[in-house]
Amino acid sequence: MNWKTFFALLSRDGHVARRNLIFTLVQNLLQPLLLTFVFGRILTAGGMMQAGFKNVLLPGVITISMVMSGVWAVAMPLITEFQWTKEIEDRLLAPIEIGWIAVEKVVAGMIQALVAGLVVIPSAWLAMGSGVDINLHQPLQFAAMCFLVALFAGAGGLALGCSIGQTQVGLMFSLVLAPMIMFGCAYYPWSFLKSFPGLQYAVLINPLVYANEGMRGALAPTVDHINVYLVIAVLAAIDLTLLVVGLKRFHTKAIG
Amino acid sequence: MGIGIRIEQLRKVYDSPPPAFAGGFGFPGRNAPKDKKEKKKKFEIVAVDNISFEIRAGELFGLLGPNGAGKSTTIGILTTRIRPTAGRAFIGDYDVWQQQVSAKRLIGVVPQRPNLDFSLTAREILIFHGAYFGQNARERTQRADELLERFKLTDRADHMVRGFSGGMMQRLSIARAMMHDPEVLFLDEPSAGLDPQTRLLLWDIVRDYNRLGKTIVLTTHYMDEADSLCNRLAIIDHGRIIANGTPEELKASIPGGYLLRVKFEIVPDALAGELRTLPGVTEVRSSDHSVDIYADRGGTLIPAVVNAAQATGTVLSDVHIQEPSLETLFLHHTGRSLRD
Repeated sequence: MNWKTFFALLSRDGHVARRNLIFTLVQNLLQPLLLTFVFGRILTAGGMMQAGFKNVLLPGVITISMVMSGVWAVAMPLITEFQWTKEIEDRLLAPIEIGWIAVEKVVAGMIQALVAGLVVIPSAWLAMGSGVDINLHQPLQFAAMCFLVALFAGAGGLALGCSIGQTQVGLMFSLVLAPMIMFGCAYYPWSFLKSFPGLQYAVLINPLVYANEGMRGALAPTVDHINVYLVIAVLAAIDLTLLVVGLKRFHTKAIG
Repeated sequence: MGIGIRIEQLRKVYDSPPPAFAGGFGFPGRNAPKDKKEKKKKFEIVAVDNISFEIRAGELFGLLGPNGAGKSTTIGILTTRIRPTAGRAFIGDYDVWQQQVSAKRLIGVVPQRPNLDFSLTAREILIFHGAYFGQNARERTQRADELLERFKLTDRADHMVRGFSGGMMQRLSIARAMMHDPEVLFLDEPSAGLDPQTRLLLWDIVRDYNRLGKTIVLTTHYMDEADSLCNRLAIIDHGRIIANGTPEELKASIPGGYLLRVKFEIVPDALAGELRTLPGVTEVRSSDHSVDIYADRGGTLIPAVVNAAQATGTVLSDVHIQEPSLETLFLHHTGRSLRD
C-alpha cells in the first residue's frame, strides 16, 4: 500500500470538491432546508402537523442529505470519468493497486457525506425553529451510525457509478433513488407502516430504512425505531456487500 | 541505467467489444458477427496473436501498422491497462501483470486520445500527477513549470483544460507523461491530429528524451515518423509481427527495393511471365487489372514494361513507382497499403 499516492489522490478529490463548494453546498443544503422549513416549521406552526414530527423529520433529513451527497460525490464523477474521455486513466496509472484507487473514491465520498451531515444538522435545526427534542445521549451509537451511513453512501456510489452509463442517470434517479427515499422511512418511522403489513416488510430490503431508523434511534430515542444494534449489524452487512460489489465492478471497468 | 522491455508469446482475445472499438477507432471488427446466423456465435477478436519481441534499454522503438493491427492493445498490456489472455510482458525485471505497481513507477504513457483530468487546470494536472508519484511540493512545482515552458503552455497554465485545442491537449498529455521522469515512455499515435509544426516539436522532444538514456516506445501508422524517429521497428498487422529490425534493415529486405504498381486494361496470363524475364526484376505479383513489380530500379524499367504489354496484347493505363520505403515493405508483406 502506497500511502503517499493514496493521499495525493484524496487531496485531488478534495481540491475538486473545494472548487465546486458553492455548487455542492446548494445541491446538498437547499432541498433539506426547504423540506425542514415547510414540513417542520410551517406545517407544525399551522397545526397541521404535531410538534413531535420535528423529531421524526430531522434525523431523516440528516441521513438523506448524507446519503445523497456521498452517492453523488462518488457516482457522478465515476460515470463521467469512465466514459468517452477516460479521464480516470491518469489515476489508474498512478503507482498504487487498482483496488486502492476505488477505496480512495469511497473514502472521498464518506468525507463528503460526513461534511454534508455536519452542515445539515445545525442548519436544519435552525430552519425548524424551537421545539426540536434531539439529543446526543448515545454518542457511540450516533458515531457508528454516521460512519455506516457515510460508508453506505461511498460504497453505494462506487457500485452505482461503475454499473450505469451517463444516459441512465435520470432514469436511475426517478426509478431507483426516489422510491428508495420515499419508502426509506426518512419522513415517518417504520412502525407507522403497520397499517400496510405487506409494505412494512417489503421495505426492509431498502437499506435506507435501516439508515434512517438507526439515526432516529441514536438522535431521537423517544420516537419509535427499530433496535439500533440490529440496524448497525444489518447496515454493516449491506455496506460490506456494496463495497465488494463496487470493487469488483471497478476492476472490470478499469482493466480492459 | 536504462530499462528494457520483453514480451513473451503475448496474446489478447476480446470476447466483448474493447472500449476502443465503441469509440470508432482501433479495431475494424474483422471477426465481428455479420449475419443472423453468426450473431449466435461468441464475439471474439484476436487483437494480439502470440507476439514476442524485445526492446533494448535506451532504444527508440516503433510499432508500425494500420488501424486495428493490435498496436494499442500491445501498449495497453505493457502499461498495465489491458489484461493479456496469455503470455507475459516485462518492464525491466517486473512482470507488468504480477508486479503492476513497480512497473507503473517506471512508465509514462501518452494515450491515443488525450484523457486529461477536466476538473483541473493544466498546471494542476501536472502537479497532481507528480504528487501521485510521490514528488514533494517543491520538486513538482519546479518540474511542472519547466514542462509547461518546454511545451509552450505557460500562458494557459492556469486555465481549465476543457477549453484547450486538440494540439494543446496532446502537448499537455505528453508533458504529464514526462512529469515523473519515467524510464520508459509510451506514446500511442502521438502525431495523430497534430499540425506539422507541433509534430516537429514533438519529434524534437522525443529525441531529446531518448538522448537522456530513456527507452521510448511509440506506435504510428506514419511511415516517415517511424523512418526518421525510430532506432528499431516492428511492423504489426492482424495482431502479428510481420517484420522487425532497423528501418534500414527492413528497407533492404524488400526484394529489389523499388516497387512499380502498373495498371493495365486487362492482364493477360502471359504478361507476368514476360515481366519476370526483364532484367532487374525480382518478383512479380499480378491481379485482374494490376501488376506489382519488385525490381532494382524504377523509371528506367518502364519502356521494357510497355514493350512486354504490347507483346502480350494489352495496354498500360497507369504507373506508380515507389522508392525503397517502409510503405513498400508493408505492401510486400500484406498486399495492402498502410492506409487501406
